Amino acid sequence: MEILKPAMAGTLESSDAQVTVEPMDGGIQLSLQSSVMNQYGRQIRETVLETLDRLEVKNAKVTVVDKGALDCTLKARVECAVFRSCGQSAANIPWGGAVR
Amino acid sequence: MKNAVGRDIPEYLLVNGKEVYQGKNYMDGKYLQKAAPRTRRYEAPQESKLVDSIRAALEQCGAKSGMTFSFHHHLRDGDFVVNQVMKVAIEEMGLEDITIAASSLGNAHDPIANYIEQGKVVGIQTSGIRGRMGEVVSAGKLKTPAIIRSHGGRPRAIEGGEVHIDIAFIAAPTSDCVGNCRGIGGKSNCGSMGYAMTDAKYADHVVVVTDCLVDFPNMPASVEAIDVDAVVVVDSIGNPKKIASAAARISQNPRDLMMAENVAKVIAATPWFKDGFSFQTGVGGPSLAANLFLEKYMDERGIKMGWAIGGICGPMVELLKKGKVGKVIDVQDFDLDAVNSINQTPGHYEMSASQYANPANKGAFVNKLDFVVLAALEIDTGFNVNVLTGSDGVLRGAPGGHPDTAAGSKVCIIVTPLTRGRMATVCEHVVTVTTPGDCVDVLVTDYGIAVNPLRPDLIECLDKAGIPHVTIESLKEKAYSLVGRPDDLEWEDKVVAVLEARDGTILDVVRKIKPYTLPED
Repeated sequence: MEILKPAMAGTLESSDAQVTVEPMDGGIQLSLQSSVMNQYGRQIRETVLETLDRLEVKNAKVTVVDKGALDCTLKARVECAVFRSCGQSAANIPWGGAVR
Repeated sequence: MKNAVGRDIPEYLLVNGKEVYQGKNYMDGKYLQKAAPRTRRYEAPQESKLVDSIRAALEQCGAKSGMTFSFHHHLRDGDFVVNQVMKVAIEEMGLEDITIAASSLGNAHDPIANYIEQGKVVGIQTSGIRGRMGEVVSAGKLKTPAIIRSHGGRPRAIEGGEVHIDIAFIAAPTSDCVGNCRGIGGKSNCGSMGYAMTDAKYADHVVVVTDCLVDFPNMPASVEAIDVDAVVVVDSIGNPKKIASAAARISQNPRDLMMAENVAKVIAATPWFKDGFSFQTGVGGPSLAANLFLEKYMDERGIKMGWAIGGICGPMVELLKKGKVGKVIDVQDFDLDAVNSINQTPGHYEMSASQYANPANKGAFVNKLDFVVLAALEIDTGFNVNVLTGSDGVLRGAPGGHPDTAAGSKVCIIVTPLTRGRMATVCEHVVTVTTPGDCVDVLVTDYGIAVNPLRPDLIECLDKAGIPHVTIESLKEKAYSLVGRPDDLEWEDKVVAVLEARDGTILDVVRKIKPYTLPED
């Protein structure tokens, strides 16, 4: 999917994560902050990159401010931000396809 | 050298008779040479010991660089005294190389972090260390490793001369002109002054700092004038709103209540739950709520609690007033209901930290305790508990009375949710061992109960009562299945804090944390 405009999903509440995606050329640039960085930073990055890969997002600037979210929450926030960025969040979400 | 909880203690710390932790009751029967202070004689009658300023008091006590100053933490996050005294000592008098020996330190003491960074404060000995001070110590900026002790370990160390206090500062809600202090009757009341008592007896000099001077004699005194050199009146010793909360409220969170109910069930299933039993609980959500459910079981069986100890709060005072507990013995107060009750409600008494929890005296209250209910930041599959370091390895907690009550009690119950956010509370290895697993008996979580295999008697009690329980390993696996298996923290070699077991052996060390960088693919 192509990131068309800046979009955001999630909050800064404990156990949530705020994900921002912005259009950018030349691959994925991920910036990650987390309250559980030392123990889960690596896994959070993997989850975010995997989710982007699954949605076939090739180019984007992605900012994640994580407050101890579980993997399922991180995935949902990334998916939501991506769909918002390309105007797909109201309809045409590929339930059972890329989103599962 | 590896100690009894499997922690590697650097050899260079094992000097002057220091040993590694060997297991509970290792020091039993050994002798302790108590250290006596060198105190000034005030033979000529004094009408008053009032001095004009903190500086005048410091000068009278011969304050100089290299000294150890002690403080107590009954004013909790409302405390102004530590910062006021240290500001005068360091900024006005230019003192250096000061060691602070406090019963605990908290967020109120962030300014002390600057003195650590400037190299003016070179030693910290405390139970709690949090906020900016925790961060700068964790970053390795304190000249010597901080020494972390439990509330019982502290009076042991003071009485045995491991900490020699040059000047003790007593934050007194009320004092008379010669230094008889009480924790009530003023404008910044804290109730019990239990942690200050050993300081006053073992310090070379004692300075009382109060914001409410009362008529002589201020009786019954928690700290007595016979130990006091000088009395200073300041505008305010603390912010009353942060000293004691209005009332410790019992949690309405259904998860907390479910765990609390299970704690009460476990207690009621043991042979010690009989008329006259003794009890201590922390003030965390589920620990405090256990009071509520316990009362139900007491009523059902027609029994009463004999006595309760600890940091005291309203719900325990309520039980005392209802006649459901015989006596409450109090080392510290957490809310106004408790502050207003001590020495007022019949049966509500004050005690010193030594009387509460010191393992080296001839029998502290914790040794007669039947049940204690405590919280944990982390607990590992060896039942070792961490209440000191966060999941990022930074100092931000306090052992407090946790290791003392766990060791002394017949049944120590840890109650904690299985996960907090993404943190697994039940884990493979705690970051820092603050209470050794040989003192912890039962774990109650929202996903099940586990009993320490060292206590087959308790396993039998639970089985007889039909209370389901699982292994602690299975709880750990459940936690990891929810949040993922955490990566190990990465440390540098430098030791930033030494964690003493309550008996004075070394239980664990905290090292400087490596700044975290995401590994490249």
